[in-house]
Amino acid sequence: MSEERKIRILVAKPGLDGHDRGAKVIASAFRDAGLEVIYTGLHQTPEMIVSAAVQEDVDVVAMSVLSGAHMTLFPRVKKLLDEAGADHVLLTGGGIIPEDDVAALEAQGVGRLFGPGTPTSAAIEYVKEWFSAQNTA
Amino acid sequence: MSRIETLDARTVELLARFRTGAVPALARAISVVEGQRPGFQALLHEVMASGPQARRIGFTGPPGAGKSSLVAAAATTYRVRDEHVGVVAVDPTSPYSGGALLGDRIRMNDVATDPGIFIRSMATRGSLGGLATTTKEVVDLMDGFGFARILIETVGVGQTELEITAAADTVVVVLVPESGDAIQAMKAGLMEIADVFVVNKADRPGSARLVKELRQALHLRAGSALKDIPAHHGVDLGRALKRERTTDSAAQEVEDWPVPVLTTNALTNEGVDDLVDAVERHRSWLVESGQLEERRRDRAEGRVRDVVNRELQRITWSSDEVRRLLGEGVLGIAGGEETPYSVARRITDALLR
Ligand SMILES: Nc1nc2c(ncn2[C@@H]2O[C@H](COP(=O)(O)OP(=O)(O)OP(=O)(O)O)[C@@H](O)[C@H]2O)c(=O)[nH]1
Ligand SMILES: [Mg+2]
Repeated sequence: MSEERKIRILVAKPGLDGHDRGAKVIASAFRDAGLEVIYTGLHQTPEMIVSAAVQEDVDVVAMSVLSGAHMTLFPRVKKLLDEAGADHVLLTGGGIIPEDDVAALEAQGVGRLFGPGTPTSAAIEYVKEWFSAQNTA
Repeated sequence: MSRIETLDARTVELLARFRTGAVPALARAISVVEGQRPGFQALLHEVMASGPQARRIGFTGPPGAGKSSLVAAAATTYRVRDEHVGVVAVDPTSPYSGGALLGDRIRMNDVATDPGIFIRSMATRGSLGGLATTTKEVVDLMDGFGFARILIETVGVGQTELEITAAADTVVVVLVPESGDAIQAMKAGLMEIADVFVVNKADRPGSARLVKELRQALHLRAGSALKDIPAHHGVDLGRALKRERTTDSAAQEVEDWPVPVLTTNALTNEGVDDLVDAVERHRSWLVESGQLEERRRDRAEGRVRDVVNRELQRITWSSDEVRRLLGEGVLGIAGGEETPYSVARRITDALLR
């Protein structure tokens, strides 16, 4: 009776850097792949991101971080998600993130992170696979 | 109130958390209803048991008119008055991919972390009325959760998406000078649905002209054009029209609602207090005229019809026998022995047997 579950994803652009072209490209790509994408615009604080993620009951939060602040932003959002009872939400994202940092963040429960130049299809495939693994388990 | 089905353990747990006021439970309940997941009807039945309490205000109008910006501005005003506000904002599902880009929150960032405000974005998922199939039910959930005000933003409407009248007590139609003249608003049926007109982007040229045109168009519609025409063949047109629109006899005493035309600038909040006041006055009129009760009755009737239609569809297309008759029938049509009508008749006969 219930139709196929739509994947809901929040595409978030934290930090003070002034453009969101990358975030818009990824948001449109997810939309074209059949996902419901909530896009909230520039300059999102971790608190804004988590409050939107909870209210929208998203499955995934994808953050685009180009400012170099990934080592504070990802752990902070992860922590706030857990505190809000949203530890089932996949936190993923992209940016210019050195390999060591990627490993450190993954160890803290952050999902896969994509470097610049990764085709959007890779992120889409990752999210879709994660989602179906969650929902068949 | 009686139960409609036994609640499964998951729904019982969700409902318990919902009733403690846990925001994630409201968010999840909305997903259950939106996805029409198992148990959603029982959930709604429980939540709706206390009846409608919230004041439901719809915002509709062409794409980019400033609906989201105005919703955010109005929400801020309600928060100053210490009311809790729920917002449902609908954006279209792409017919090509089935995905959606839900961007109304972009204009609502100023209020995004206020714990007294809850915002939910919905994709239309194929529904054509300007709302999603389950938007009205989602509003009921917010009502049951305890929001005093619920603001509903439709998709940017073209010419036929008027379902908001079935969801809101008060409908605010938002226009901008760029969206065309009053004739276009008339063609789109917006004259009939507006309880309050707002010409937003009042900082742009052309807004005074649009206000004037809208007032003239409303004046015509109010029947003033017929008032001076003497009754003809025993029929008083002005009165006949009026009778058509008010059925409650107690309501005859109360004047018709004079639809106000206001101007706003959603970026500076100019005119937003006046808008909120106009919505308040409309509310009082609804109560005094008996229209609130009438609208709620209409809404209840519409909801029952919707639920029955949905159930009938589900029962029909999930029946093995119907699927068999359909499969055979389609072959028959291809072979020239049947028509869609003979096959459909066989299916309905089978269902009614
Ligand atoms: N100049 C001016 N711009 C405004 C005003 N209100 C909104 N805008 C701008 O108009 C654009 C569209 O505003 P939204 O609030 O997103 O309009 P909307 O009707 O919700 O749009 P859709 O949901 O896409 O149909 C944004 O860039 C706003 O900043 C206003 O009063 N004056
Ligand atoms: Mg909008």
